Formats: sequence, structure tokens, C-alpha cells
Amino acid sequence: MKKSSTYSRRDFLKSSGGIALFVGASGILPQLVSCSSPEEIEKVLEKHEVTAWVKLSENGDITIFNPASEMGQGSMTSLPMLFAEEMDADWSKVSVEFSPQESEIYGSPGWSPGTKMMFTVGSRTTNSYYTTMRTAGAQARYVLLHSAASHWDLPIAELSTKKSKVVHEKSNKEISYGELVSFLQMPASLPEFSEGQLKDPSDFQLVGKNIQRTDIPEKVTGQAKFSIDIRLPDMLFGVIERGNLHGSKPTLLNEPEISASKGVLKIIPLDYGIGVVANSLEEALAAKKKLAIAWSESKASDHQSQEIYGSYEKIAASKDPGRVLTEKGNVKQAHRLAAKTFTSDFKNDYVYHAQMEPLNAVIKVSGDLGSAEVWVGSQQGFDTKLGVPEILGIPPENVTIHLQYLGGGFGRRSMNDFVEECAILAKEMAPCPVKLFWTREDDMTYGAFRPLSLQRLTASTDAQGNLTGFSHVVVGDGGGLVASGVQNDHYDIPNQFAEWREASNGIRIKHWRSVGHGPNKFAIECMLDEIAKDQGKDPLQFRKRLMKNSPRALATLVKVEELSQWNKTTASDRAKGVAFVEHGSLGSGVCEISVDRDSGKITVHNFWIALDAGVIIHPDNVKAQMEGGIIMGISSALKEQITIVDGKVQQSNFHEYELLRMEDVPDDIETFLISSNSHPEGVGETATPMVACAIANAFLTLTGKKLRHLPFTPERVLEVLRS
Amino acid sequence: MANYKLEINDIAYEVDVDEGTSLLWVIREHLGLTGTKYGCGIAQCGACTIHIDKTPMRACVLQVQDFSEGQKIRTIEGLSENGDHPLQKAWIASQAPQCGYCQSGQIMQAAALLEENPNPSREEIKSKMNGILCRCGTYLRVIKAIEMVAKNEIPSNS
Ligand code: FES
Ligand code: FES
Repeated sequence: MKKSSTYSRRDFLKSSGGIALFVGASGILPQLVSCSSPEEIEKVLEKHEVTAWVKLSENGDITIFNPASEMGQGSMTSLPMLFAEEMDADWSKVSVEFSPQESEIYGSPGWSPGTKMMFTVGSRTTNSYYTTMRTAGAQARYVLLHSAASHWDLPIAELSTKKSKVVHEKSNKEISYGELVSFLQMPASLPEFSEGQLKDPSDFQLVGKNIQRTDIPEKVTGQAKFSIDIRLPDMLFGVIERGNLHGSKPTLLNEPEISASKGVLKIIPLDYGIGVVANSLEEALAAKKKLAIAWSESKASDHQSQEIYGSYEKIAASKDPGRVLTEKGNVKQAHRLAAKTFTSDFKNDYVYHAQMEPLNAVIKVSGDLGSAEVWVGSQQGFDTKLGVPEILGIPPENVTIHLQYLGGGFGRRSMNDFVEECAILAKEMAPCPVKLFWTREDDMTYGAFRPLSLQRLTASTDAQGNLTGFSHVVVGDGGGLVASGVQNDHYDIPNQFAEWREASNGIRIKHWRSVGHGPNKFAIECMLDEIAKDQGKDPLQFRKRLMKNSPRALATLVKVEELSQWNKTTASDRAKGVAFVEHGSLGSGVCEISVDRDSGKITVHNFWIALDAGVIIHPDNVKAQMEGGIIMGISSALKEQITIVDGKVQQSNFHEYELLRMEDVPDDIETFLISSNSHPEGVGETATPMVACAIANAFLTLTGKKLRHLPFTPERVLEVLRS
Repeated sequence: MANYKLEINDIAYEVDVDEGTSLLWVIREHLGLTGTKYGCGIAQCGACTIHIDKTPMRACVLQVQDFSEGQKIRTIEGLSENGDHPLQKAWIASQAPQCGYCQSGQIMQAAALLEENPNPSREEIKSKMNGILCRCGTYLRVIKAIEMVAKNEIPSNS
């Protein structure tokens, strides 16, 4: 596998010989361009937004371009696999590179039909690009077939393809894709290839196989490049002090001292921070430490995160309605006619992304300030140029984004604040490139957290114990950031209602892996166990009945029952808990826990998952996503907590914000993938929201007590045990 | 500014930096050995783990002047000639990395662990590796990879 890298549009065809196949790019006539002739490339570049999904070389090498970010979720392998599958490419000859960041060309309509976007968020990549990549691959194959047909003067219908070869079975003739390069010619038009003309999933040769991920070899040698690793001639280093009170404005008190500080080239004040650019990283950091800044009050100044829940409870209880999120049947009537109602509140503290590579970017603005190059690990976005053109006041086409590997994303890298900051600094220092460096303290203290929230759930049952009504009030900041995941489409509950009520505290917030699904599934799934327990029913059997009209969801539950040996009694100091989550894919999970009643420490010993994600492109990678998602879920459920006092973020680094470490991982995480030919659904965010509820449900079985406030720190667990 | 001589991966380097400069910045930004990562700067995450005379240490809290007297420094770039250290092969076989950012630290810590104890128990692995954080949650595969090497079970095709 060749080293991956990103090229600018102009450079990316020149890197080697071969032929680039311009297919699958809308608005552009399919065409071939020889990559050995620089003049020809230049000519085409002048005429078109040049792009290609694939490049073929005479020696058989095939380069496939990946349009999505790679942050560990495996897009660098799974998307090219889809292309190679339809092209019938020999995978051993395939290498993968990031495509240029041009959404008109490489975007997918997956976010909203008719538009094109490059955006690696919401576990939507595979789902969105499934058809796009396959169609492009099928078109590439068609060009090869067409070329072989005219080379041999045979009808195209008599030809087939196999492992990078076109074959004419009747005459026993074959020609490799590499050999075909010199005979390639473009058909007058390319078939569009509707879904039905692509391969039937049961005929897949590559998709569904556990091949090695293309990005892993360079990730074990230290050669994989993250943007933090970029070094350019004359590069300067920028840092910014942003304080620990979000929204506060700085006044620099010791400018002369900082200006005189060794290596400092420029002080750049921003609305919310003071930037310093220096010759070296150590000089920039030393100057940052010396900054004396007076900070203004802000909207957040009065915020006390651990005391705020009282006011959230009032908002939940108030007569003022919020924004309705779901409404089905008549929930008020169901509650009124109920034989029994249940009400519970669920609380969620702020959580921080903690992606291991702190935010950073490198930008070089040209001397005339008319163009810029950006090296960044980004989840991309609505604006493929990440806000840089606006800051520099230049057209988007003058900004080239060199996408790098992301040292974790989890939603944090779909916000461009750090890229824009870097552009501001780099503009001042043009033409020298600037590396903007966030320390871990910056990254944590000036984080953008999963919002603090409160969920108030009310459920009602009739005289037979049937669940008749379910209402769900979410109180918190950020709309969708707290509201996603309130739907119960797979539970047969006739009357349902969910609403969001706003409470805003001036704290920076952002999507965090699985977004509102974390807090909301915690609430919903715990509520179900509460009711089952009250009725003396087994919580898994209770869910099965509710899922009777959702066969695919039910199948995951049935499978995880078997996988976890749910009905087998565990050791007396352990208990199992179950939870179901839909986040694109459907998943049921079971955990097994124990509790140290002296320290309050919860240990998760095992986790089992049954997942239905439609067609599975790369099974081992899906399992890796489940493992990672569960571990991130355990970490956040048991340990992670950002607290705010007088508006100030109290945590600054990993000694204060602890992540799960190796000694606390479960013995095993076992995933069963249910086979399916349905359109693939995302898998990156289905596991994480299972964890808190499964743990709390196991805890209820084990101790009879309810954990209702995340995270379940030892102190909170002890408090609940003593209650 | 002062001039320091460093021996990294059996190569002699010279660098002009101030006394007190973190060894991590010297390795990464001045010498360009960017396989060693920054994650916290306070010896909490292990992303910057390197070997100094075979002992795993956190480069972020070391100062350049203390390691310029012939100490043998090893970084991920010098772990093997062609990326074929048994651990690197096992890491590929177990498909351990996700984002990959923590993995140099994981591998360097594991290499030091196995040099000291070629056949560690799972509990020993966990306790020796506990200082290296992985946000992507690859811990189980990291354990699997280390156990593969300890038991000499690396598939030959990797
Ligand atoms: S950067 Fe050195 S331990 Fe985190
Ligand atoms: S692989 Fe991403 S932090 Fe470990």
C-alpha cells in the first residue's frame, strides 16, 4: 500500500504516470487524461474542474481517491472497497489517497438529496457514499469493458471482468487493466447505472471481507501524518490564550513584556483571546505563560454547573411548552387514564471530546494575500474550505485544503474555530506559514462540550401493565445537540410525546459522539427497566414484547440474549443489564458489571452487542467501531465530567479529566453482525449510547438502586447505595 | 541558546535551543521526528513515550540538556528498520489502530515492556500499559497484539 497523501487539484495527477479516469463527476464529460503528459493535464485543468475517482497505471497499479475524512473509523478502506468492488479491481494493486476537497465533484447527496457535500459526521459516510462510490466504480469498469471490446473488435456483451482483467470466455482471451491502459478510449456516453444495475450484494467479492485497513501500516511506524506533524520552511508557531470563562473578553496588561519576550514576532488580539506568534513552539508557549490578561464578565459568569439542575427541574415542570420533537397519539390522555404512572429525572454533566490530537492547523497565506494553503485534520463541513476564504477575503477556489489524518474527531473537528484562528494568524504573518497549536489545556478548557442536560420522563401503563404513554422533556442548550435520540420508533408505544426546552448558560457546546442519543437513550432505556422491575418482569423479555412490530430491532435483541447467555445466572456479585439503541444501525447491548460497595467503583466485565447495520462493508472494522464506542461509553459513563464554577471551567488536563485506562477495560467486547442486504447504515455512534443505560440497568438488578446522574463516579455510586 | 548533541536512533544530531526546552519539542519540531506525539505535556497520556537507554519515558516532561551526554534515545522511527518489529507486525495483524495518534506511544511502551518481561500476564500488560491513553478505545486490540508477540503467534502473512 502506498503512502496516502492529499494533493492539490493541480498536483494530484502529476504525481506519476498512468491514466486518470474522469468518471462519476457530475457535469463533466467522462474523459481520460494521460498523466504522463504534463501539457495535456494543464490543458484539461484549464477547461475543467479536474477530478478523478481513480487512476490506472500501465503496470496495473490503481489509485482510488477517498472523499471522506479518516479519523480512525476506516473510511480510507471501506469507501475505496466499494469502488473496487464494482470495478472488479484487484485489491492487492490498489492504493488509496485522499481526494481533493471539492464538494461539487466529490460530495455525496447523502445529507440532503440534490445537494453535494463532503462532511464526515453523524456516522453518515458509508450510508451516503454507498451508491456514489459503487456507481463510479461501475462506470470505470464500463470504460474498461468498452475499450477491450473495441480493441478486440468484439461485442461488449460477450465480455466480463474479474480481478483487474477483462475476459472473453468464448475465445479464452483476457487482458489486464494495466495492459488496457494504452488502448483506453471513452465511450460516447456512460450508462448511469441505477441501483438495480449494480452488483447484487450476494455477489460481492471484496465487500464483506476482512481485509487489512489501508491506513494501518503507516500508523504503526510513526509515518502517518497528522496536521500537527506538518513542518514547512520558515514555519512560525502560533498559540492563543483563551481563558477559562467562555465568552469573556481579554485586555492584555503586559504587552511590552510579551513583545520583548524571546522569539516573539507578533501579538494578535482576538475578541476572546490573545494570540502570540513566535519563531519556535517553545518560545510561543513561554510567552503565552507570561501573558497577564484581565478578563471581562460574560454570560457564563454566574453559571454553576453542579447547582443548575434545580433550575432545570423548574423548567421541566413549568407550564411553558418547549419545541415539540415527536408527537404520536394522545399522551396526555394516556397519562390521565393510566392505571399507573412513572416519572423519573435523568441528569447529564458536561462531557469533553478529548480527541488525542489536540486541535491544530497549518496555514500558508501567499505574500499578496490572494491565496492560501491549509493543512488540517478536519471532519470537513458545509463549507469545504473551512471558513478560510471569508477570513482572507478571497474566493474559495484560491484556498487549497490538504486534508490530513485526524487524531480523533468525535464531532470536535466538525467545528472550524481552530482553522479560522489559524487563518487570522497566518494572514498577519504571510508569506510565512503558521502552525497554530492548542495545548491540551487550551483544548480542554476552551472545549465545546456535550451540553449539560436534564431529561424528565413520564410513562403510563394500563391495568394489564401495557405501556400506553411515554413523554420525554429534554432541558438543555443547543437544540439538536440535546434533542437527538428521543424517538422510540422501534417500541410499540401508542402515545408518545417529546419536547425540548431551552436553557442556555453561555458555555461552548458541540456535537459529541452520538450527540443527544447518549443522554436520551440513558433516560429511555432506564425508564423501561424501571417499569419492568415494577411489574416483576425480565427487562429483556419486556422489550421483546414492545418490539413485536419491529422485526429487525427485535432480531438484535434476540441475538444478544443468546450471545450474552442472558438467562444464565451470573456470579452473585455481578449482574447484567440490557439496552437498545438506533443510530442509523440498530443495536442491542448487554453488559455485565460488579460494584465495589466500599469504594463505589463500578467495573464492566463484559459487553455483548448484536448489530444490524445493513450491508457490512468491512466486518472487522465495524467490530472495531463497536469496541471503541463501548470503551468511550464506559469512560464517559463512569469517569468523565466537566464542571463549571462561576462560569469557569474547572478541568485543564487529564489529571483532572480522567479517561478510561487499560486496567479498567472489560475482559471482552463481543459483537455479532446480523447479515443483511439492506442499504448500509452508520455504525460509529450506535455503541456509545448503549453503555450508560446498560450499566444503570445492571446496577438496578444488582442493588435495587437507581443511577440517574451521569457520570456514575464512585462518590455518586456510594451516595445512591446509601440512599 | 546552547548547542546540544543528541543520539537518537543511532544517529548523532545537533540542535541549538534554550536550556530547559522540552525534549518532545526538540524531537518533533526541531529534528522532524514527528512519530512521537504530543497529547498532554504533563506525563498523563503517554503519547510522547520514547526509550532512553531502553527505559520508556515521557519526552514531554524531559529537558534537552539532561539527555545530551550520550544517552541512547529511541523513537518509533528507530524501533525497526522496515517497520517489521514483531510488535508492529502484531499491531497490523490485530488491526489495532483507529485514528492512530496514540499508537507510537502504545508500541514504544509495549516494546520496553517485552524487553523487560517477554512473557507478561494480562494483568502485567494492563498495569505496564496503563499510562498510555487511547481515546479511540483500542485497548483490547493492543492487549491482543502484545499477547501475540509474547506467545510468538504473529501470522506470517502480516
Ligand atoms: S504528551 Fe507526554 S505524556 Fe502526554
Ligand atoms: S487510536 Fe486514536 S487515540 Fe488511540
